Amino acid sequence: MERPLQPESGPRKLGNSSVSGRRGTTSGARSFGEEDFLGKTARGTLQKITKNNFTMENHKTRNGSSAKICCVALDTVPYQGAESEMSSSQPDIPAPLTNLKFQYTKIFINNEWHDSVSGKKFPVFNPATEEKLCEVEEGDKEDVNKAVAAARQAFQLGSPWRTMDASERGRLLYKLADLVERDRLILATMESMNGGKLFSNAYLMDLGGCLKTLRYCAGWADKIQGRTIPSDGNFFTYTRHEPVGVCGQILPWNFPLLMFLWKIAPALSCGNTVVVKPAEQTPLSALHVATLIKEAGFPPGVVNIVPGYGPTAGAAISSHMDIDKVAFTGSTEVGKLIKEAAGKSNLKRVTLELGGKSPFIVFADADLETALEVTHQALFYHQGQCCVAASRLFVEESIYDEFVRRSVERAKKYVLGNPLTPGVSQGPQIDKEQYEKILDLIESGKKEGAKLECGGGPWGNKGYFIQPTVFSNVSDEMRIAKEEIFGPVQQIMKFKSLDDVIKRANNTTYGLSAGIFTKDLDKAITVSAALQSGTVWVNCYSVVSPQCPFGGFKMSGNGREMGEYGFHEYTEVKTVTVKISQKNS
Amino acid sequence: MVSTSSFPERASFPIFINNEWHESKSGKKFATYNPSTLEKICEVEEGDKPDVDKAVEAAQAAFQRGSPWRRLDALSRGRLLHQLADLVERDRAVLATLETMDSGKPFLHAFFIDLEGCIKTLRYFAGWADKIQGRTIPTDDNVVCFTRHEPVGVCGAITPWNFPLLMLVWKLAPALCCGNTVVVKPAEQTPLTALYLGSLIKEVGFPPGVVNIVPGFGPTAGAAISSHPQISKIAFTGSTEVGKLVKEAASRSNLKRVTLELGGKNPCIVCADADLDLAVECAHQGVFFNQGQCCTAASRVFVEEQVYADFVRRSVEYAKKRPVGDPFDVRTEQGPQIDQKQFNKILDLIDSGKEEGAKLECGGSAMEDRGLFIKPTVFSEVTDTMRIAREEIFGPVQPILKFKSIEEVIKRANSLEYGLTAAVFTKNLDKALKLASALEAGTVWINCYNAIYAQAPFGGFKMSGNGRELGEYALTEYTEVKTVTIKLDDKNP
Repeated sequence: MERPLQPESGPRKLGNSSVSGRRGTTSGARSFGEEDFLGKTARGTLQKITKNNFTMENHKTRNGSSAKICCVALDTVPYQGAESEMSSSQPDIPAPLTNLKFQYTKIFINNEWHDSVSGKKFPVFNPATEEKLCEVEEGDKEDVNKAVAAARQAFQLGSPWRTMDASERGRLLYKLADLVERDRLILATMESMNGGKLFSNAYLMDLGGCLKTLRYCAGWADKIQGRTIPSDGNFFTYTRHEPVGVCGQILPWNFPLLMFLWKIAPALSCGNTVVVKPAEQTPLSALHVATLIKEAGFPPGVVNIVPGYGPTAGAAISSHMDIDKVAFTGSTEVGKLIKEAAGKSNLKRVTLELGGKSPFIVFADADLETALEVTHQALFYHQGQCCVAASRLFVEESIYDEFVRRSVERAKKYVLGNPLTPGVSQGPQIDKEQYEKILDLIESGKKEGAKLECGGGPWGNKGYFIQPTVFSNVSDEMRIAKEEIFGPVQQIMKFKSLDDVIKRANNTTYGLSAGIFTKDLDKAITVSAALQSGTVWVNCYSVVSPQCPFGGFKMSGNGREMGEYGFHEYTEVKTVTVKISQKNS
Repeated sequence: MVSTSSFPERASFPIFINNEWHESKSGKKFATYNPSTLEKICEVEEGDKPDVDKAVEAAQAAFQRGSPWRRLDALSRGRLLHQLADLVERDRAVLATLETMDSGKPFLHAFFIDLEGCIKTLRYFAGWADKIQGRTIPTDDNVVCFTRHEPVGVCGAITPWNFPLLMLVWKLAPALCCGNTVVVKPAEQTPLTALYLGSLIKEVGFPPGVVNIVPGFGPTAGAAISSHPQISKIAFTGSTEVGKLVKEAASRSNLKRVTLELGGKNPCIVCADADLDLAVECAHQGVFFNQGQCCTAASRVFVEEQVYADFVRRSVEYAKKRPVGDPFDVRTEQGPQIDQKQFNKILDLIDSGKEEGAKLECGGSAMEDRGLFIKPTVFSEVTDTMRIAREEIFGPVQPILKFKSIEEVIKRANSLEYGLTAAVFTKNLDKALKLASALEAGTVWINCYNAIYAQAPFGGFKMSGNGRELGEYALTEYTEVKTVTIKLDDKNP
């Protein structure tokens, strides 16, 4: 999800989206090199043979162009190592599109575009300029009902989706990945304009993560295995891992497309159908991908997207009697409402990825250079709008003053501006509400006695920009040390002992992620075990990859997304027991 | 008819090592033939021990710590396999044509069954690459314990001639998905598709040395692989006789890990309550598919007494209608046997059946004036002691036996040293499940036959093999488990 930071590579410039690397272009017909053993002779014969006998010389492959991730590098880089090879095969970042049209602004149901039942639309903005980008059809309860009916229909026994081979579901997801890769520039530009996200991050990190997520989940489709069970008595017992049914999915605005795919890819891989509500601030990229879903060949009704607001469309999903499961990423406050609605309606299954107030603990023995950059990125990445933002930085006493001084130097280096502009390193906050909330928290920090080291106020005349802000001498009971800020505001606290810092780090209702910086093996393992947190990063931060489960302890969430664990949330286990005449081992 | 004349004599197919093409060290070549026409297709460089050594060296270098292959993200390994699948799909017609020329199997089977299997197997294992997960273990004491599932190292693969490319992919795909490097010896009868695949492996961008292909003969190149001290694992598909040699050589050399897919004499049990149309057709395809040259061939059909006569009559009708001929003809269901040696062996077994008193219902001889073609043959009144009921025939010969009770047929079905597959035809739930548990076979098909999927493991009980290919189970054959235990400082909380 967020930018992976791995210390061995220092401050990474452009991330490591290896999978999304450069694509070789291969023409449909194979071009034989001179050294190719079949050469001009055999190949000609073979084609003649096929032509004469079966007229298959025009046999089309599904992928006329075969993507190559590392062959380009293999040809040019003299095998220095996979990592350099993979990173050198990273795409050069193209310029963002300047003439992007927002074509897809309606409700997507049954692979078709619909107007809202109410006739209402809502505006979507560019947070860097406060300009309106377009209007989008505003879904509400009636639209959600329509979408659920379509999803239910697509999930009927005997439907094309239910009777499809699992491997074919995987193929469809793989195709979708190829299409997202094809439209990568469009989607990255959209994500940047609509989400205020730096274009280079959108292109490399968000879209790179999207491709990996789709391909990872594609592979699971035919690997979700039930078991046969050695039950007592003369019985034969086996389990089927079946899709749950119609899944409602409510998305956040900080990683709009990536979170969309985190939700739909495992759901579809398991064979569910989905009704998705993207965040009202950022519905555009999901709607664009809707056309790709149709193009890939998913049957109608399998994916339905209803843009709209939380209290209307979102509430309709979470309290719907015919939705079997709801997944939500967003604030803890709204997460509670969703679980409550699920309980009051039909006890639908719930997974929640909520807020965090993640501790990052830097011990004095850490590699200071790396720790500074990683802790900095861990908070300031994407303007601080990450659920994993390391917004409680605990630094060991002996290095505290130097750490603060250098963190401030680092924070002052930012160039604020339009995220589409090259060289800009910080974009705007998503909207006015967030902007005001962050400024209010900054004020509370000043009032409650934290030392403002830099920043501390808004920036510019238009757009929701906030200066990168660092507070030192922060104590645990201040609001900025307790509440999720979701902005570019770093709190640096001091600690003395291991026991003490573990206690303080855990002293919160949140438990999403945590970071540790130390070279000491024992400390690393002991503290990772002690922290109440769904993810612990040691000497790195925000290393989120699709193979690894992600989710929160305590009030940071319920359940896990991604990894094999994420798939449990999208399946029901059915135990089938058959009476037999005689059991044998 | 296919003309092979435009394959120039000099264009010998070379050895594939380090993503490059090599001549054999000895300078020797061998010819590969089209079994339909008995014409030579081309010459192939003949690998022997020195060539295997070169290949192993390349594979070892590619497997060094810090090599591009070892450092590649698992997801990227999967991506390479997916891309290989794309190229196989692109060149599907070429590969199917080569397969048919070299092995004599009907082109449509090659195109739709062999190549489909290859593509699906590659894609299936592509997906596993980043899902091979170790565990953390709640050991006693104040320690942290976790497992790493690491690749085994350099894997040798010796593949058969009946499904040349598919059997190679069955070995290659799991080996590569787990991060191993590979040295392959394709069967000397059918080396062409494997070598063509080498060119695709290079095109996709696998690092040099990850896959190496050394065509050659069993007693030379094959023996060099199975006894090589630097090869960590060997996978072999072929006869039980050679399988024993491979395992013996593995033990004598370096105790390399061994997986074997060997022969079978597979029972196909037809109960009186079965859907007879289905059973007749499945049993027919089960034994005659690929000219009977399948390790899974249904070469002992046990039919319950009440329906025996009817079953035999209908099976004979089927066999008589089976179109035998040019494998490039779309109507052809049966091509030639692979070579003279197999052809002679099959005819000898057919003669033994006649001599030992089985009733020849149809076929029973070679096609007139036609090289290596054998008429679809059905024997009834076959008893368990006859050679055709005990030995693997690997030809288009269907022996049909009679049974009276379930307990009896279980005993008879299990009485051989083989245990690869078994099939049951019945509509009765309890009978089906009882037979499924009672039969000593790595695979049991109920109301179907040759239902082989990349997702499902395949392999033999008893002397039909060791280990499993395909499915998640295959991954355990290509990984070593490493247990890492870290003692923690008791002073920390």
